[in-house]
Amino acid sequence: MGFIEYTADSMPALLGATLEHTVLVLQGLGLAVLIGLPLALLTYRHRSRGAVLAVAGVFLTIPSYALFGLLITPLGLGTAPSVIALTLYAFLPVIRNTVVGLREVDPAVVESARGMGLSRTQTLLQVELPLALPVIVTGLRVATQMILGIAAIAAAVNGPGLGNLILQGLTSAGTPFAVYLTLQGVIGIVVLAILFDLFFAALGRLTTTRGMMIRA
Amino acid sequence: MPDHMIQLVELTKSYPGQSEPAVDALTLDIPEGEIVVFVGPSGCGKTTTMKLINRLIEPTSGRILLNGADVTGSDPDELRRGIGYAIQQTGLFPHRTVAENIATVPKLLKWGTERVRARVDELLTMVGLDPAEYRGRYPKQLSGGQQQRVGVARALAADPPVLLMDEPFGAIDPLTRETLQNELLRIQREIRKTIVFVTHDIDEAVKIGDRIAIFSEHGRVAQYDTPEKVLSEPADEFVADFIGAGASVKRLSLTRVADAAVATDWPTVQRGEQPRESDREFLLVLDEGRAVEWLPRRDGRGGLPVLNAVGPDHTLYDALNAMLTNNSDVVVVTDAEGTYRGTLDMPAIQDLIHADDTTSVPRRATKGEVR
Ligand SMILES: Nc1ncnc2c1ncn2[C@@H]1O[C@H](COP(=O)(O)OP(=O)(O)OP(=O)(O)O)[C@@H](O)[C@H]1O
Ligand SMILES: [Mg+2]
Repeated sequence: MGFIEYTADSMPALLGATLEHTVLVLQGLGLAVLIGLPLALLTYRHRSRGAVLAVAGVFLTIPSYALFGLLITPLGLGTAPSVIALTLYAFLPVIRNTVVGLREVDPAVVESARGMGLSRTQTLLQVELPLALPVIVTGLRVATQMILGIAAIAAAVNGPGLGNLILQGLTSAGTPFAVYLTLQGVIGIVVLAILFDLFFAALGRLTTTRGMMIRA
Repeated sequence: MPDHMIQLVELTKSYPGQSEPAVDALTLDIPEGEIVVFVGPSGCGKTTTMKLINRLIEPTSGRILLNGADVTGSDPDELRRGIGYAIQQTGLFPHRTVAENIATVPKLLKWGTERVRARVDELLTMVGLDPAEYRGRYPKQLSGGQQQRVGVARALAADPPVLLMDEPFGAIDPLTRETLQNELLRIQREIRKTIVFVTHDIDEAVKIGDRIAIFSEHGRVAQYDTPEKVLSEPADEFVADFIGAGASVKRLSLTRVADAAVATDWPTVQRGEQPRESDREFLLVLDEGRAVEWLPRRDGRGGLPVLNAVGPDHTLYDALNAMLTNNSDVVVVTDAEGTYRGTLDMPAIQDLIHADDTTSVPRRATKGEVR
């Protein structure tokens, strides 16, 4: 049986794993945004942003296998440690791009907004965030690409997703369909990566309003 | 004191980590409906003083009275919506159209859509931009001068009684800058706002200001006076140095041709008529009310065209410049429509320079120190 035939036969399982993978990544990313964005908004003008970025950077240096493993102790096996691990990895691109995007806004624009009587919140919502949004979206894009691959390791802690196909392939190495399984997992992740990238590219264009696109 | 729109009382600002205050116990009264120019060398505290007025910077000590009321403790956002603010870098919102930019404060004040739209068009027209062409543009689609105009329109949007302008024309070429200065003066004749205008160009200060505050350092005002007084009676060495050479010539730019005595006795002749006898070397040929030619008296041939005539809005400085350009000691004066009004000659200008001044060397004055 060839790869194509095998895949046609096992399509329901493959699609199921792909859907799980997508949900897992979105959960990790969503949590990172939910925590990281407010953290960035609170600290982007403050000295403490350095500490926040340093901590977010440290998570990235922990080998992924070790991080997933370490989270088993407090969170048990399954989805919970997987989501949290991905969240920790997504923090740096999400927080850093939000901070950088907000800090890159022309100080004269912010000063004139404040000078006209926009409150801090109004300035943030009406001026700074809209101008920083393309940079923030780029951060989400990078974070997503990164955790799409890392999410495969969730299988090692009994988590969901395409990692299970890869793991099955690895543990049954030498059997007839081992390579096919691994290949399915990898291709699934690559296809998801392409789809997510297309989505974020579109979102990036949408958030770059006409006035910002025009070259000075 | 209702005739003082803005009063600064012992205003001091020390930035953290700086050994000397940027503004040190500044006391200054700014009258209603006038343009007061802050001028002085870089770092003397002009911007700081301006930002203290709309509380973008909080004072270390001292008080600010607006229309007689102490605003040092009021809600700063509320306060700023009543004070127009225009800066050199314009700070226009790049993601919003010209119309949306101008509508910023009216929208904060919850004006109706129709009222906002009408106001935007009115302001664009006022600053010399065709609303139909420009209201939908983005700031990056405008030249620097046009951006400044939009910046001024935005600052005026909600009709604030006070306008703060920090070097609004600082980054603009001299020609456009002059146009913008003239337009600001024209607009001010209509709207009569209390305007605080910062510049480090003394010529701009002399041209724009009803009063000039010359800052020396740490927000100390070396002289606070009308441009005429500052130029004719500099309070001290510092002011005299800052004005630089040519105070007499600068004073010429304070008098408009419309306000000068124009001679009407120059011999003229209608085009096509026979030249009359005259004691002058040249006759002026008029054609349908316009001066068109200088005609030599002797042979009545080989006339020279009239160049660089000055109108009512030109200054005596322009008139002198026209004479020097034409290599002549007389210049033709017209009214706003270009109709011949008379002539102005070099002796008349010399008289005006020395009219209230016995010597062209700046005198030490005892008055004028505002502390
Ligand atoms: N945010 C700040 N923190 C610390 N010091 C400051 C700050 N802003 C201004 N200063 C200092 O305060 C002094 C006055 O600055 P200010 O900007 O008011 O000068 P200015 O008269 O507007 O100068 P310029 O003509 O260059 O614009 C300067 O010595 C400057 O270094
Ligand atoms: Mg300044």
